[in-house]
Amino acid sequence: METIGAFFAASLGTLLVGMLSSWVDRKVTARVQYRVGPPLLQPFYDIAKLLGKETLVSERARGRGFLLAPLVGFAAAAVAAAMLWLANVRPAQAFVGDLIVVIYVLTIPALAGIYGALASGSPHAAIGASREMKLLLAYELPLVLSALVPVVQMGRSPDFGPTFSLGAMVQYQHGAGWVLASASGILAAAVALLCLQAKLTLVPFDLPEAETELMGGSALEYSGPPLAVLRLTRALLLAIAPLYFATLFLGGLSDATSGWSWLALAGKYLVVVVLVVLIRNTNPRLRIDQAVKFFWMGLAPVAALALVLAVLGF
Amino acid sequence: MAWQTWGLKRSPWVYHVNVGACNNCDIEVLELLTPRYDVERFGITLVGSPRHADALLVTGVCTRQAEPRLRAVYEQTPKPCVVFCIGVCACTGGIFRHAYHFDRPVDEVIREIDPKAIIAYVPGCPPKPEGMILGAVKALGTL
Repeated sequence: METIGAFFAASLGTLLVGMLSSWVDRKVTARVQYRVGPPLLQPFYDIAKLLGKETLVSERARGRGFLLAPLVGFAAAAVAAAMLWLANVRPAQAFVGDLIVVIYVLTIPALAGIYGALASGSPHAAIGASREMKLLLAYELPLVLSALVPVVQMGRSPDFGPTFSLGAMVQYQHGAGWVLASASGILAAAVALLCLQAKLTLVPFDLPEAETELMGGSALEYSGPPLAVLRLTRALLLAIAPLYFATLFLGGLSDATSGWSWLALAGKYLVVVVLVVLIRNTNPRLRIDQAVKFFWMGLAPVAALALVLAVLGF
Repeated sequence: MAWQTWGLKRSPWVYHVNVGACNNCDIEVLELLTPRYDVERFGITLVGSPRHADALLVTGVCTRQAEPRLRAVYEQTPKPCVVFCIGVCACTGGIFRHAYHFDRPVDEVIREIDPKAIIAYVPGCPPKPEGMILGAVKALGTL
């Protein structure tokens, strides 16, 4: 019972943080463009409005899969959020291997988006789905390589050993300092930041939802409440990605009992969100072949170099 | 119904449909969506699909070829939604009223499939972006 309560608290809290972060995104974008931008509660108004619209399902769509896919993606993102909070708030109770589970579970929203797009029966959505598939294959490799760097760095410390545990990473960084404060850490963090940008499908990697090209891409055929669930999933991912980055590279929540470290976590979180938004506002959109080349030929070797440096001790 | 229109007033997403315009009104619609007028303050964003839209910005005389397409786009817009006839051509046919390619104005085309459609008229050739904002405010105020 307590676990279920904690799960709901973590997911709903992350959802709230995610909606506020999407407001931060729109406000920073507006400021960069010399405008004022929407009011604070705009993301909530958007969701409320979408819940009041009717759901239209095209005749050519496979109705059940089309409508279930967003819910599956949302549930997976909520699970990933809960696991990240568990590793940060109670590191001793996090289990070994939860890093692998989080990386796997975070691919499910993208897969659910692909399934929903293909189930909708629209050719625009099919192109969006194929691009999302290629993007997923492209950025997962450097993301996993960059996640191995903190593991290798933990391996050289005597008390921890190379475990795939997010809780152990938080505890290790509490003692030994941030993973970012090392040459391999900086390279891995830069790679991870760009891979997270692709996971959030933000410019320069927002091909699956290219508005001007694909009329809405993979989310094209969704309307009303299912579209609201898709947007809530995006808000959740916008909250999960900086938290994941902070847990792996910036030390996470170093001490769950101290108010200062909660404030520090909020600061780390805001810095990552603003970085993601600034990258989004200052770059054009890449084509799918440019994006795949960038991840496989550009970032993957850098991540491999970071891994080699970590093994050598830098 | 009250909370649905409340949500609609706070966050109207627009989709632009050109059913035979000379492009003048389309240019003004695009100017409306630039940072200078900053309509995101009101929650207005341009969406790429009619299924995401709350307001259809229809420009142009509805040519006979475009009629079934306009009806299809209207049916694909989830209700409740508002149709804005931007420009004199969309309101009444304008200077093309007696031309060979003009059959009926946009509001009659839409009322044929949905007698209870909410339609707002923004006259002008082309209407200024300030005029479009005034039209949007008045239309959303009557909901």
